[in-house]
Amino acid sequence: MSDLQNEAPPPDTVIVADGLTKRYGQASAVDQISFNIKKGEVFGLLGPNGAGKTTTILMMLGLTEISGGKISVLGYDPARQPLQVKRRVGYLPDSVGFYDHLTAMENLAYTAKLMGLSLKERTERIADALKRVRLDHVAHKRVSTFSRGMRQRLGLAEIIVKRAEIAILDEPTSGLDPQATLEFLDLIRQLKAEGTTVLLSSHLLDQVQRICDRVALFQSGHIVLMGSVAELSVQVLGAGFVVEVEAEGTGIARRLATIPGVSNVETLAEDRFRMTAERDVRADAARAVVAVDGALKRLSVDEPSLEAIYARYFQSKQSGDMRHAA
Amino acid sequence: MRREGSPFQGLGTVFAKELTDNISSVRMLVLELLIVLTALAALYGAIDNLRTNTAEDPFLLLRLFTLSSSPLPSFVAILGFLIPLMAIGLGFDSVNSEFNRRTLSRILAQPIYRDALLMGKFLAGLATLAVSLTALWLMVIGLGLLFLGVPPGTEEIGRSLVFLVIAIFYAGVWLALAMLLSIVFRSPATAALVALGIWLFLTVLWPMLAPAFAQVIAPPDPRYAALGLETPETGLWSQFLLRVSPNDLFGEAMLAILSPTTRTLGAVFLDQLRGAVMGAPLPLSESIMIAWPQTVGLIAATIVLFVVGYILFQRQEVRA
Repeated sequence: MSDLQNEAPPPDTVIVADGLTKRYGQASAVDQISFNIKKGEVFGLLGPNGAGKTTTILMMLGLTEISGGKISVLGYDPARQPLQVKRRVGYLPDSVGFYDHLTAMENLAYTAKLMGLSLKERTERIADALKRVRLDHVAHKRVSTFSRGMRQRLGLAEIIVKRAEIAILDEPTSGLDPQATLEFLDLIRQLKAEGTTVLLSSHLLDQVQRICDRVALFQSGHIVLMGSVAELSVQVLGAGFVVEVEAEGTGIARRLATIPGVSNVETLAEDRFRMTAERDVRADAARAVVAVDGALKRLSVDEPSLEAIYARYFQSKQSGDMRHAA
Repeated sequence: MRREGSPFQGLGTVFAKELTDNISSVRMLVLELLIVLTALAALYGAIDNLRTNTAEDPFLLLRLFTLSSSPLPSFVAILGFLIPLMAIGLGFDSVNSEFNRRTLSRILAQPIYRDALLMGKFLAGLATLAVSLTALWLMVIGLGLLFLGVPPGTEEIGRSLVFLVIAIFYAGVWLALAMLLSIVFRSPATAALVALGIWLFLTVLWPMLAPAFAQVIAPPDPRYAALGLETPETGLWSQFLLRVSPNDLFGEAMLAILSPTTRTLGAVFLDQLRGAVMGAPLPLSESIMIAWPQTVGLIAATIVLFVVGYILFQRQEVRA
């Protein structure tokens, strides 16, 4: 991470953290983390519970004191100018709560008033936001009747009302059913399409992979891996793509191994081969099979899965630790 | 490190929302009914008593507040007992319920400081109590007009207004205490139990314990005891200890304000009696002077308890 510290942040960077640290007594919840987040990207914070994701988020919002290092959000210091930061950043906390005795509309009206919006702006923006998260039909219902998915969407409506430049979502899809999760991820994509920078924390890896441009993997207060999923897979798995070929013919395996970028070819069965490559080599593989007069039956690519990266990373870490202990 | 922006941004919004919540809550309705009904019973007793005693009295209205007819205590004594209950009922879950509903981090992510949230909640609670007490005060004056048929004089209205102000600050002490406990304890039930425990201790047990402690600190002199008198040192210590309780401060201030003949609270010095016409009422300004230390004590206690809660709240972690 030291190279990051020396680099000047590019002009379209909205969040810069440099050596950010949070200590509770002796223990460090977040230890010397550094990252840059670009405008308009979806950035995922992942890692097990208690790895420091929420603490990092709270420091960005100035909701908890910073023990060391620096962080700047949209050019403001959250510790000194929290109001400036909070005016521009929307936050959806982990399992968000609302005032149950108020309606969806009243709940949003309260926070919109705290944002300092005028009555006219409030009414317009709230109606618009509720329509976008498809809660307009229950706008006048008490929140106590809402399901978890509806509460999460209402929380997102609050961010839309704020017209936040950065949306910080803490575990937004945990505890949602698959349908609600899909709907929610779709709403996040819409936010991104409008140019909102989205910061997302989660431990549900496949969802993060579906939506995030870049991820940072947290482990006990450190960022242990950071980059796009493809970059990480090269770093951890050694290659990004696994292509399976089913074809009949002779000498296919040898021919496949000569394709540039392929690091390994396994023969799974007489007519099935698995290639590991750093790029999508399906087209080359097809050409290769045809070149040796083979009959191509199936060609598939496994995109690198974050799950595999995650599992492999912690596996290798553990075995490393064990060796160390021995 | 200085922070930018006004700590009062959003205060009005929080105040308005909390006030609406307080006034429309079922809890407040029950507490108000409780106070109004007991107060009505006490007033009825006092009115009944006053109508049968036709002796001329320049402060007929004030008698409504202080006269008791057994078995009911006087209106003021009932208020001294029930105002804390009402304030505790309003404050015991004001901060911890925001944690438990998980609304706190969402609200604090809006462009306001924590100061505005806490201050708004406190002021809204105080305003709710002030509205209820004012309504109660108007009820007493109205009933006095209806049943006694004697219009109150300027001084009586003045004295009863001072009563209202002191009662509001008395409520403020208990509200600040309840809010402090709601910051300290994450569970509303614990906060409520501790607050009620302190209330019962200070209103019921402390008046019995204080004289006992006083006797330990300053043992009674057998020479005074032989004459059937209280030893002065023991008496002073007992009064000093009693004044730790806001209940006692409220009672003393009320005595000075609502009974115009009260010349002193506690030991009487000879020079205070020099030239005094016994039984003659003091002017309002003199009565206020007598009740002043008690009133300041109540205001100071409110502020101190609020500040302690404020400091704790500022240092509290937002995450549940």
